[in-house]
Amino acid sequence: MKKDLTCISCPIGCAMTAEFQPDGSVAVTGNQCSRGAQYARDELVDPRRVVTATCRTGSSAHPRLPVRSREPCPKDLIPAILKGIYEMKVSLPVRQGDVLGTFNGVQIVATRSFEK
Amino acid sequence: MKEVHVDAAVIGGGAAGMAAALEIRKRGADVCIIERDDELGGILLQCIHNGFGLHEYREDLTGPEYAELAIRNVVESGATVFTHTTVGEISANGAARDLACYSAEHGVMRVSARAIVLAMGCRERNRGNLRIPGSRPAGVYTAGLAQRLINIEGYIPGKEIVIIGSGDIGLIMARRLQWLGCRVHAVVEIMPYPSGLTRNIVQCLNDFSIPLFLSHVVSRIHGNERVEGLDVTPISNGAPDPARQFHIPCDTVLLSVGLIPENELSKTAGISISPETNGPVVDATMMTSVDGIFATGNVLHVHDLVDNVSEESHLTGGFVADYVSGRRPASQIRIKAGSNVRYVNPSRVDPGRANRLYLRPLVVKNKAELSIRADGRQLRRLVLNHVQPSEMISVTLRERDMADVPPDSVLEISLS
Repeated sequence: MKKDLTCISCPIGCAMTAEFQPDGSVAVTGNQCSRGAQYARDELVDPRRVVTATCRTGSSAHPRLPVRSREPCPKDLIPAILKGIYEMKVSLPVRQGDVLGTFNGVQIVATRSFEK
Repeated sequence: MKEVHVDAAVIGGGAAGMAAALEIRKRGADVCIIERDDELGGILLQCIHNGFGLHEYREDLTGPEYAELAIRNVVESGATVFTHTTVGEISANGAARDLACYSAEHGVMRVSARAIVLAMGCRERNRGNLRIPGSRPAGVYTAGLAQRLINIEGYIPGKEIVIIGSGDIGLIMARRLQWLGCRVHAVVEIMPYPSGLTRNIVQCLNDFSIPLFLSHVVSRIHGNERVEGLDVTPISNGAPDPARQFHIPCDTVLLSVGLIPENELSKTAGISISPETNGPVVDATMMTSVDGIFATGNVLHVHDLVDNVSEESHLTGGFVADYVSGRRPASQIRIKAGSNVRYVNPSRVDPGRANRLYLRPLVVKNKAELSIRADGRQLRRLVLNHVQPSEMISVTLRERDMADVPPDSVLEISLS
């Protein structure tokens, strides 16, 4: 399996290709440094993204609470995680950093504090 | 009428205003922040995505998280904060620096300060600025407005989206809308290169297979009551090529076509504005053409990273504290943009210390050479791995770089 990608490790943005080899290792071409090679490998084998969204509060003063996944999560789990976030209702008050729920092993935390 | 007397008054309680006020407090002067919204934080509060603080805190924070850090610091420092308060006019007559304000809590209010910091940020370019043909259907928003509607108010602006402009706000909103179940059909960019960060092109467009049409313009928006679609025309040899025009059906158009520093208030004080930046012309201490009035953050020039806004504003706060204590630079040397540089801020440097310079390139280039010269003699040379117009460059001109430079020289900063 092969993947063409643009590196985001630094502003150069090298155009790279990452490909699985017969022995299971990953060959990376087009990178100019080792950070790029690692990024390419990760993108092919285990791509992850930080998920950010908002969820309901039931409050009219602050109808939406911004949330994030605490860590980058596997890309293919994102639709399920978003569904979980959109089904949540978090009553105020809430503090930044409060864990609001866990979906597919991914913790979702509040990124803002609201009094009421 | 309520009267407030303070060493420094900061107009705007976003990232820039908070960083400047914090530094002014740390240096022992008293300061008030005047914020028109009902809370501090500015635009950061609606930027719920991550990517903030990578340089300033070495952490990957969301906008609200970055804001809460700054808010906690500035409130704990003892700065006075007026929210729900708008500055209507700045009067700079003689030594007086007065702000005529309107406050929900206090009514009409006058703030008298020895120094004023402009930190009002910027606003978005809109359809009127671009003059896109078509009637006026509902469903045309600037990307920042759509961001506020979604993230703060809880509305989804439409289902089938086209985004005009590849600026970061539009790219971020492309991802946000896809993650809400909407479909972003295309991003249309007039230039031959994207104007947003590569990181955003990858994570907001490529991740969702959203096509990016470079060197294309939207030539018409269709629909009477509501947007029904738009026409996209490629640019060939600098001109639109109508023969290759195509149509995209959609119900919502987002505009991400640039930010304009908000200097209506600055103009009431008679401050000189630079046509290159649309922000005030400032000297080595970030002071405008009016004595005692300083400018920092997006109101001075549009930034890409809030980390740079904070850094620039901390420095400005220090210069304001100096000014209030009666300290001014002994001399200043002019600096201007040379080849391949659109502009440099500030317009003067203080040869008695290190100076932080912020500039924007006109070109996309790898291994670009940045050179600072005085009347042709090279003072400082750096090789930069990669430059592009959408990424602001910051560089330090050290005291030793300026040794033996005559005070009436004009420095030039250029790229090759």
